[in-house]
Amino acid sequence: MPILTLQQAVCQHVRDGDSVALEGFTHLIPFAAGHELIRQRRRGLHLIRMTPDLVYDQMIGAGCAGRLTFSWGGNPGVGSAHRVRDAIENGWPAPLEINEHSHAGMAAAYTAGAARLPFGLLRGYLGTDLARVNPSIRTVTCPYSGERLATVPALNPDVTILHAQKADRAGNVLITGILGAQKEAGLAARKLLVTVEEIVEDLAAPMNAVVLPHWVVTAVACVPGGAWPSYARGYYPRDNAFYIAWDEVARDRGRFASWLDRYVLGTADFADFLAAQRAAGGAP
Amino acid sequence: MTASADGGPWTPDEMMTVTAARMLWNGCVCFVGIGLPSAAANLARLLHAPDIVLIYESGTIGTRPGVLPLSIGDGELAETATAVVSLPEIFAFWLQAGRIDVGFLGAAQIDRYGNLNSTVIGPYARPKTRLPGAGGAPEMASHAREVFVVLKQSPRAFVTTLDFVSSAGLCAGGAPRAGGAAGRGPQAIITDFGILRPAPDTSEFVLVARYEHVTVADAVAATGWPLGTATTVTVVPPPTTEELTVLRELHRRTREAHNRPVQLPV
Repeated sequence: MPILTLQQAVCQHVRDGDSVALEGFTHLIPFAAGHELIRQRRRGLHLIRMTPDLVYDQMIGAGCAGRLTFSWGGNPGVGSAHRVRDAIENGWPAPLEINEHSHAGMAAAYTAGAARLPFGLLRGYLGTDLARVNPSIRTVTCPYSGERLATVPALNPDVTILHAQKADRAGNVLITGILGAQKEAGLAARKLLVTVEEIVEDLAAPMNAVVLPHWVVTAVACVPGGAWPSYARGYYPRDNAFYIAWDEVARDRGRFASWLDRYVLGTADFADFLAAQRAAGGAP
Repeated sequence: MTASADGGPWTPDEMMTVTAARMLWNGCVCFVGIGLPSAAANLARLLHAPDIVLIYESGTIGTRPGVLPLSIGDGELAETATAVVSLPEIFAFWLQAGRIDVGFLGAAQIDRYGNLNSTVIGPYARPKTRLPGAGGAPEMASHAREVFVVLKQSPRAFVTTLDFVSSAGLCAGGAPRAGGAAGRGPQAIITDFGILRPAPDTSEFVLVARYEHVTVADAVAATGWPLGTATTVTVVPPPTTEELTVLRELHRRTREAHNRPVQLPV
């Protein structure tokens, strides 16, 4: 398990057209990795994420994706993910095929993927139109009770990328706080890249905390602040003001393009990005 | 603005929030969505229901936030929770297993049976307006023992036919719910006109209570289907001074917290 720079990790392990899941449910969202995928101009990605919020708004607006698997896409508590909407409604900057689920369905699909089972099972999607527009949502009859239950095909991303608090030098990764489906998405993937706030000598993991052992991790990169403007428990809080201010920037193609040019394509790496945002008072 | 019980002015949002809060009881296990439901659930906790168990779908169980979260997974929810579990666990072991008393939902559109659309306006393949999508709502609508919906009433939102069913309501004529859902489904819609509940014989939502300052005719005019009324339409008491004071203080703390500059990580 090598410790790489984020540039090296993305360059070596993510190809155009790959299915890529950046997980983290509000907490520990891997923004730094999303930006690096934009900088390295990955195209035609099948992006997977339960809640495509700002990080996918940025990646989809930058033209990285051709397909999106998701269950809720917006700016939480603020409104629309305008770049995601523009791609779905108007095909801008590129047409976006969607594969839509409920949260419970996505959670079951990752869990099945992590267990290397062919499908996830749930009592779900009852009486909704989701199965009508997503033919991969099907049913199976319980062999014991005869009940019809919903199935979703397992999700096994080519690459899952997570952000975590810590790794040790061997590459064991520690996550605490709101976990989302990070463990399941990580173990479902063929390759697992993790960015961390810091690399420590001793992980000092509390018993039963989520630890992804080094031999399931493909590479670790140390990127302090790598989840900003989301948060990393114990390091920095969620920057709600940035999320609120993002609405106006993302609403307009021109303003979004200027932000992207200046802060992502115009910066060398995430440290450079954070310095530029800091100089601008933290506003997008 | 309209006069409260003690003569003070209040807004439609405040009336809705207070009305929704009053419907939650002490000890109730409530699965909470962001926005007005979250404000109502926390208002109930700060007033008459100190032992209410609030669960947000981010896996935070028994949370007691000091300010309202902007997102469903703000750090505040985790730090003040009894337990924090993963998403697969919250949906499978807690929601699907039937451990939730009340699910609180909003939507863009609702029909007379309480089916909800939070997915798309216009055709799915060629959307006029693409909305965020279903998220946790479909399974909340199926598995919570009952569901309360909070939505402002207008002919655009209260429609005859939904553009898309994101989560299921009731079946006409009191028939069993789709796919044998264990929960009773939507049992109340709290609007800016009053409260709608399903008629037992038809399952169709009808006006059972109105706010003091609106008439039944106002509520009918704001509904896209021919809204029926209960035999007696009661009047919802206006917010008390205590309800308004606690709610406004909660919103003030929340605004201050969300606008507080965050030191960018170095």
